[in-house]
Amino acid sequence: MATPHTPPAAGDLTPELLGAPEWSDRMVAAAGIPMYDIPFLTLGGGIGSFVTLDYLRVYGVPTSQMRVVSNIDHPWQTYEFLTRCSQIPRPERIRSDSSSRPDNLWGFPSYALEEAWKEKNPAYLLQIATEPILNDYWTPRAGTVFENLEREAKRIAYWDMLVKGQVRMVRRRSGGGYFTVVTPPEGTAQTKRIVFRSRFVHIALGYPGLKFLPDLQEFRQKYGDYQHVVNAYEPHEQVYEFLKTRPGTVVVRGGGIVASRVLQRLFDDREKFRLQTQIVHIFRTFVTGSHGPSLRNRRKGGDGWAYQGFNYPKSVWGGQLKAEMRRLEGPERAQKYKEMGGTNTPFRRRWQEQMRAGREGGYYHAVQGTVERVEPAADGRMMSYVRSKDGTVREPVSDYIIDCTGLEADIAEHRVFADLLRHGGAYRNPVGRLEVERHFEIKGTASGDGALYASGSATLGGYFPGVDTFLGLQIAAQEIADDLARRGFCRRMGPLRSTSQWFKWALNKPV
Amino acid sequence: MVPTLIGRIQTRLFLLATVGVVITALIVPVLPGLTGPLSQDYLTGFSVLAAVAVLGVLWELLYHFLMQFRWEKDWPTLFGLLTLVPEGLLLLFLLRSGAIGSVIDPVPPASAFWTQFVVVWICVWLVANGPMRVPFIRWRFRGGRVL
Ligand SMILES: Cc1cc2nc3c(=O)[nH]c(=O)nc-3n(C[C@H](O)[C@H](O)[C@H](O)COP(=O)(O)OP(=O)(O)OC[C@H]3O[C@@H](n4cnc5c(N)ncnc54)[C@H](O)[C@@H]3O)c2cc1C
Repeated sequence: MATPHTPPAAGDLTPELLGAPEWSDRMVAAAGIPMYDIPFLTLGGGIGSFVTLDYLRVYGVPTSQMRVVSNIDHPWQTYEFLTRCSQIPRPERIRSDSSSRPDNLWGFPSYALEEAWKEKNPAYLLQIATEPILNDYWTPRAGTVFENLEREAKRIAYWDMLVKGQVRMVRRRSGGGYFTVVTPPEGTAQTKRIVFRSRFVHIALGYPGLKFLPDLQEFRQKYGDYQHVVNAYEPHEQVYEFLKTRPGTVVVRGGGIVASRVLQRLFDDREKFRLQTQIVHIFRTFVTGSHGPSLRNRRKGGDGWAYQGFNYPKSVWGGQLKAEMRRLEGPERAQKYKEMGGTNTPFRRRWQEQMRAGREGGYYHAVQGTVERVEPAADGRMMSYVRSKDGTVREPVSDYIIDCTGLEADIAEHRVFADLLRHGGAYRNPVGRLEVERHFEIKGTASGDGALYASGSATLGGYFPGVDTFLGLQIAAQEIADDLARRGFCRRMGPLRSTSQWFKWALNKPV
Repeated sequence: MVPTLIGRIQTRLFLLATVGVVITALIVPVLPGLTGPLSQDYLTGFSVLAAVAVLGVLWELLYHFLMQFRWEKDWPTLFGLLTLVPEGLLLLFLLRSGAIGSVIDPVPPASAFWTQFVVVWICVWLVANGPMRVPFIRWRFRGGRVL
């Protein structure tokens, strides 16, 4: 007797669909999945989707031609969550510079001009004119960015284009274009899935996932302790609250900007609440001074850190390094990434001051080392086994461990990317992420007259390195918008139209 | 904008030909120390502007070379302002020494020269640090290339 065969409920993915790299309209219809036509679809709904829609709206595309599928309600939601966890609440200043304005594609007036005007503070102008020589880089408050994003989102009618849902996959359509399968929120649709049929799709799903340091992951799982070993990207206020109740020791791991932020919070609290907190800071790579391949390529460093204003050298976003990278392929490109990448943090006078005080006061200890394992100590706290390059073994005991390494998971951990690599023709670049063209079309995924684009961290390793930043997402958006103009989807933007659109932005008039 | 070599040169020439020309046209009648007929003064003013452009191309080569020693391969805003000092001094010296005095004759007095030079320089610097991005949305991502 044949095994009973329950057909999948109408409106869900069928084995036929799952197995086929290319779908026809008939196949989708046969599965009973409702299909919606929309020429341009962007997936993710974070900053990357937002700036792309912003460009296209300013280029003149009406909202009726575009949709954004997202699991969040407003574009800065994920970014705000991550910055808040990593100790950048709205009044604090972010990393990127004054003219990285995701809410204004011209970058003029810059955030410094705006904050100087609003707060009647000309000192910002002096700082911006003398950065980074006489001053630290001027960077905007997180709150300034969010308020402006909200203003711009309203101006371009962002919410008219938003469709809530979880993106499941993108597949090529026979005859050209793509199908995007979306799982709508429960109770909002008749079927389990819906499908969008589009000529153009843009993927901006942000981080495929955040990865924990393996030894910390092991500790968490083995001892079921998710309270004392934390990742800086997850909510961890309990650490700071605990330290207010009694003296404690914290191990901080990582040498990037998130470690700087967490240290600042620990130092600030220490000062504000007169705490006794001891800090052990473990760098896997301990930078002792300027470093680099040649006299003309030396990055500043010291006390463990590599110093750099932004996550890549500044000319990556428009100058010499951008032009150079654009020409490199394969191993040469990977090599260049190695040279200028690596973990780094900005040199900020306030942070330097706090660390110096900490070293002198004997409550901030920075060491080089690799953590071999973490175990519960006899007194119920945690002991880290740290081996340094010179063979020294240290065993600091702490109340908390904060992982600030910000490791990103492999792109294949995200279902949509895994599906693209498996069925969509996409492949990996020399750094292991999605290989994209100079105009951010995902290589190998063309389908008839359609195109599939991607921007953000998933595309790191391409011809343009600064992808996972506001300005990088805007550079990608401009390349994409210009490519769409070449393909006849919208008009190219010339100086006159740009100027008139800028006035609309300035007056907060709809595009 | 973080410049490339070709971008620097193009931006300089473009801004001098636009902002520089407009400012020179406005400022020449009120420059201190010029005594010739207005047409003569204009000839002098625009000749100085042209000299800033031509010499400037050479200066840009030097700046580009110096930039190579910066890890970030950038050119801070402040440098763009302060370079007016060596450029102005050299140009004035060349005028006075007669090296290009045969092209620009009569040589403007120092007061007229510096007024025009500094005002034009600051206006170009201000436009390059912001408003330029309004009509030219690709300029800042292409190292300052206009073409
Ligand atoms: C702590 C921190 C600080 C940073 N600071 C700066 C800074 O100062 N300056 C700067 O320029 N850059 C900064 N960045 C980098 C970068 O600009 C931001 O992370 C930015 O938010 C990236 O935009 P994105 O669109 O790629 O990703 P996100 O903004 O994260 O958006 C992607 C969205 O896709 C959604 N999504 C994922 N999968 C699915 C799915 N299957 N279906 C539906 N939706 C899905 C996610 O929920 C997410 O909201 C920072 C990053 C971090 C983590």
